[in-house]
Amino acid sequence: MKSILRNDLYVISQLIHNNEKILDVGCGNGVLLDYLSKKKSADCRGIEIKQLGVNQCVKKGLSVIQGDANFDLEDYPNNAFSTVILSQTIQAMIYPDIVIKNLIRIGKRAIISFPNFAYWKVRKDFLFSGLMPKNKILPYDWYNTPNIHLCSIQDFKIFCRTNDINILRLICLNEKGIEMKNNFLSNLIAYQVLFCVSKKGK
Amino acid sequence: MKVKKAYETLKLKDPVKLDSGKYINLCEIAYKTFGKLNKNKSNAILVCHALSGDQYCTGINPITNKKGWWNILIGPGKVIDTNIFFVICCNVLGGCMGSTGPSSINPKTQKPYGLMFPVITISDMVRVQEKLVSSLGIKKLFAVIGGSMGGMQVLEWATKFNKKINAAIPIATSYRHSAQNIAFHEIGRQAIMADLSWNKGNYYKNKTNPKGGLSVARMIAHITYLSETALQRKFGRNLQNSDFFSFNFDTDFQIESYLKHQGSSFVQRFDANSYLYITKAMDYFDLSVKKGGLPKVFKNTNVKFCFFTFTSDWLFPTSETKIIIKSLNSSNSMVSFVEVKTDKGHDAFLLDEPEFHATLRGFIEGQIIQQRI
Repeated sequence: MKSILRNDLYVISQLIHNNEKILDVGCGNGVLLDYLSKKKSADCRGIEIKQLGVNQCVKKGLSVIQGDANFDLEDYPNNAFSTVILSQTIQAMIYPDIVIKNLIRIGKRAIISFPNFAYWKVRKDFLFSGLMPKNKILPYDWYNTPNIHLCSIQDFKIFCRTNDINILRLICLNEKGIEMKNNFLSNLIAYQVLFCVSKKGK
Repeated sequence: MKVKKAYETLKLKDPVKLDSGKYINLCEIAYKTFGKLNKNKSNAILVCHALSGDQYCTGINPITNKKGWWNILIGPGKVIDTNIFFVICCNVLGGCMGSTGPSSINPKTQKPYGLMFPVITISDMVRVQEKLVSSLGIKKLFAVIGGSMGGMQVLEWATKFNKKINAAIPIATSYRHSAQNIAFHEIGRQAIMADLSWNKGNYYKNKTNPKGGLSVARMIAHITYLSETALQRKFGRNLQNSDFFSFNFDTDFQIESYLKHQGSSFVQRFDANSYLYITKAMDYFDLSVKKGGLPKVFKNTNVKFCFFTFTSDWLFPTSETKIIIKSLNSSNSMVSFVEVKTDKGHDAFLLDEPEFHATLRGFIEGQIIQQRI
């Protein structure tokens, strides 16, 4: 079963307990939700911006709404989900701060994954070529990229500190999407990162 | 040779109590079925028609000799596959295609009801539909589907009889009729009632169906079913018969000719009083005034919802459906939703919209697996 999930999604799936209530924001073709509902008996919902994605989700029997995380999260009541997932999307949000606050309002916890912009290869490319960095998960040119709010592990930590957000887990992934040890060098050597956060006091 | 009746009829023995407090005695419901009911009666889909629709949702409509109004969607191998499903479609209460309505004979007077017919609601329509479904021995419908007023009936089913349906598919609809929608209906009704041959609803004896008024009502309504872009694309300022203006009040523009055709073909098949009653039922529809408002109405429902809207539908805009979805989300319901990009306006739900059909097909396939049909 592991093989059908992208490595970073598999890492997320390992953080989900049985019978959880999940909202996947930007759930794409529903592969993670399908996995969670079958393997973890999770009660799953999704939001997806593309109609094709919604098609593929409803075909799997999933309940998915065509919507935009920038605007439609407001509609969900507080603590409606045990976990809200936002995978590889935060950097494309218009107001990431508002989205994150909504995620931890709607869910008891939120799992947020994104590419680490302080990864050493990104730094190296920018330093030596002087061009906007590109890689497998950041494949776009400066003028057509949807990724308008890139950040590093360090940036995100500071954001959490200043916004009263608890960091419950921090998982660093290498270029293969495999979990690596988290240490003081993470901001330099992690390719992708996965934060599990909650509102302070929850 | 004996001519086979085009539809079947359920005759209700008990009087039907209406929302207004009045009763209809000897109520009849005209319906058609397509496909076969399976052994455990789990494959039935109820199709609800819109304002001017009827029970002939697929196949050939014997009145117009044209294809049924949802022929594109329902049939063998189609999105609603009659090789798999048992499709039920009935004429609404108050209609004029065989179900009891203002043109039916009032058992008390042995004359057509006319305005003696009690005012009905969407909820009343659904109440008799439920009796029809029960009479067929079906305990739980696989799905209820419908667009526009049909979608209102779907939502009513989902609140009134939520234990009796697995899935609800409301399309291009709303939880209530807006002020603008009521306004357009009222113009239509006024046009009918201003027609002298309407005669306060008493026109059956002399067979003077108020064609002028009903046709204007249909023309107005038809504009609300389209979009500005679609009208412009289809007709523009094109002239009907010549390259020159006629400088009189005959038909100059193609759009005029089109609307007149819509009006005149409609009066051939539709009863003016039915139009009054059914539009009124739509105007009265508002789920949000029920106790506790919209969020309470859907609380603890196990129904799987799949909503569809169309970007250019200004009669039932997406924003209305989003209000329902918000309520369903707050009550933890299982809801899916797609807004289909099209310039064809409200009528898009009846047309060949590949994206709409693809998502609907996906939803139904997903439900087939979940329900093990």
